[in-house]
Amino acid sequence: MAIAVKADGAQKSRWSAGVTPYAEMGYYNADYEPKDTDILCAFRLVPHDGVEPIEAAAAVAGESSTATWTVVWTDRLTAHEHYQAKCYRVDSVPGTDQYIAYIAYDLDLFEEGSIANLTSSIIGNVFGFKALKSLRLEDMRIPPHYVKTFQGPPHGIVMEREYLNKYGRPLLGATTKPKLGLSARNYGRVVFEALRGGLDFVKDDENINSQPFMRWRDRFLYCMEAVNKAAAATGEIKGHYLNITAGTMEDMYERAEFAKDLGSVIIMIDLTIGYTAIQSMAKWARKNGLILHLHRAGHGTYTRQKTHGVNFRVISKWMRLAGVDHIHAGTVVGKLEGDPNAVQGYYNTLRENKLDPNPTQGLYFEQDWASMPGTMPVASGGIHAGQMHQLLHYLGEDVVLQFGGGTIGHPDGIAEGATANRVAVEAMIQARNAGRDYLNEGPEILARAARWSPALAKALETWKDISFDFTSMDVPDAVVTPTF
Amino acid sequence: MRITQGTFSYLPDFTDDDITAQVQYCLDNDWPLSIEYTDDPHPRNVYWDMWGLPMFDLNDAAAIMYELNRCREAFPNHYIRINGYDRRYGRQTTALSFIVQRPKEEPGFRVERQEFADRQVKYTIHAYATDRPSGMRYES
Repeated sequence: MAIAVKADGAQKSRWSAGVTPYAEMGYYNADYEPKDTDILCAFRLVPHDGVEPIEAAAAVAGESSTATWTVVWTDRLTAHEHYQAKCYRVDSVPGTDQYIAYIAYDLDLFEEGSIANLTSSIIGNVFGFKALKSLRLEDMRIPPHYVKTFQGPPHGIVMEREYLNKYGRPLLGATTKPKLGLSARNYGRVVFEALRGGLDFVKDDENINSQPFMRWRDRFLYCMEAVNKAAAATGEIKGHYLNITAGTMEDMYERAEFAKDLGSVIIMIDLTIGYTAIQSMAKWARKNGLILHLHRAGHGTYTRQKTHGVNFRVISKWMRLAGVDHIHAGTVVGKLEGDPNAVQGYYNTLRENKLDPNPTQGLYFEQDWASMPGTMPVASGGIHAGQMHQLLHYLGEDVVLQFGGGTIGHPDGIAEGATANRVAVEAMIQARNAGRDYLNEGPEILARAARWSPALAKALETWKDISFDFTSMDVPDAVVTPTF
Repeated sequence: MRITQGTFSYLPDFTDDDITAQVQYCLDNDWPLSIEYTDDPHPRNVYWDMWGLPMFDLNDAAAIMYELNRCREAFPNHYIRINGYDRRYGRQTTALSFIVQRPKEEPGFRVERQEFADRQVKYTIHAYATDRPSGMRYES
C-alpha cells in the first residue's frame, strides 16, 4: 500500500519530497484535545487489507482537509498545523472489520453559512479513496460558532404551530395518490376531500413537478380552491405542500411566488435540488412567510447501508442548518427503513435545542443548536390509524403523521379516511393526557373510539394487521434493537 | 357545521370529568391554564377574549373548573376554550388548547371568491356569525 509504507521501509523526514504516511504528517494526533470551536466528525471506515486503521483514519483526515497524496513544499508557506484536520481517536467496532475514526476540523476550514462548502470538504473527496474498502460519515458535532452562521428553519416548530393555530397533537397529512397521472382537476378533488375530512395538510409527492398530465400552474390553482373550500368547511387553517421543485432556480422562484400570490401557507422542495438551492429557498421562505417542507428524495442511496455513505442524522443536521421547516425522517412502523432508536435520534436532532451523546440512538457527540428553531419531522410511508399508539410513543407530538394510502385507500372515501386518522390521533392524545397506558392499551382505546366513529371502525378493519416487519439494515452499534 | 379548531374537536363533546382530566395533565406539566371565549370563530382570529389573566398561581383543577363555570354562566352561547401554556425556554407557546363550549347553532363559513386575471382567484373566508355585531351573534 503506497500510502502506508515507503519502499525501503526507512523513516523519511516530514518535508522530504515523496510520499509520507498521513499519520506521520500530523493528521493523526492521539493527544489532540478538540477545541469548542472545532467541527467534529465520526467516520465508520473499513481499511483495505494491509492498511493500518490509524493510517486509514489519518488519510481520511488528510484528504478531507489539507493533504494531497505526496508531500508539497507549499505547505510550509502556511500555518499547516492549524489547517490540517486531526484524527484524535480510532475505535474498533467489536466483531467487525470496521473502525470509528474521530476527526477534528478547525472552524477556519469552512465558509460561513454554506452547506455546499462544508460538505465539499467533509465528504468531497474521501469516499472514493482507494485505501478504504468503505467509508461512512456517522455523525458531526457542529459547534454553536458555526451554527450561528446559518439562517436555519424559516419558521420552526413553535412558529408553525402558532401560525396554524394547532397545538397539543401531531399534525396530520397525506400524500396525494396516485402520485403520477392525475389531472389537476382530479388531483384537487383528493386534496379537498382529505382536508375537509380532518387532515391539516395534503402533499405533492416528490416527483410531482410539472409533467404533461398536469402542469404546475394548473395544479396550484386547483389545490388552492380545495384548500380554501376545506378551510371554510371546517373553520381550520389548511395547507397543501405545493412542490416547487424544478430544473432551474428561476423556475423555482417563479413557482414559489405564484404559491405565495395564491395564499398558500406552505411550499415544498425535494432534497434532489441540492444544498445551495435549499438554502436559497429557505431564505425566500423566511422573507415571504411560507412554511418550507423538504422531501428527502434520493437520500436512501447514501444513508441506508451501514458501511457506506452519510448517516441520516448528519443529513438532518445539515438540513436544519440549511433551513427547512419540515423534513421526512422515518416512521419506525411504516414501509421505509428505520430502526426505532436511530429514528428517535434523528427526531431529537431535528427538534431539541441541546443534545448529549447517546450511543443507543447513534448520537456520537453532544450538539448545541444555540436556539436555532427546530425542524418538524415528518413520518410518511405505510402508516395507518391502527398504529396511532405506536406512532405517538415512538415519534412524540411534534411531528407530521402522513397517511397517504391510509387516507385515500379508505373504503368509504377519502374524507372518511381522513376523519378516521383525526379521530384516532385525538382519542390517543386524550387517553395519554388522562393518564392511560396508551402504548399497551392502544388497540382498546382505538376500538372504543371506533364504536362511535364508523370511519375509524372501517379503517381499523381494513388495515388491522398490516405491518412491515423487516430487519433494519442500519442500527446503532450500542444495542441490538427491535425493528418494526 | 362544527368548527374543528382545537386539540379535540373530532371527539364527542367533553364531560366535565373529561375536561378535568386534561386540566390536571396541564397542571402536572406545570402549564398554567387560561380560559378564553369568543363569538368570532374565524380560523385566523388569534386573540379570543381573555377570561381574566392566565391562572399562573392556580394549581387545583377544581379551581380551574370553577372559573370555567363562571365563564360559561357569563357567556352561555359563545365558544370557550381552555389553553395550557408551556413557558419553558425553547417553547414559550401554547401546549394544549381545546374547545369546551360551543354555540348551539354553528352557521359556519362561506368562501368568497374574487375572480382575477389569468384564472387566479383571491379567496377569503367569511364567518356568517360575524355579520352581526359582537355580542349579538349567537342567540341563547
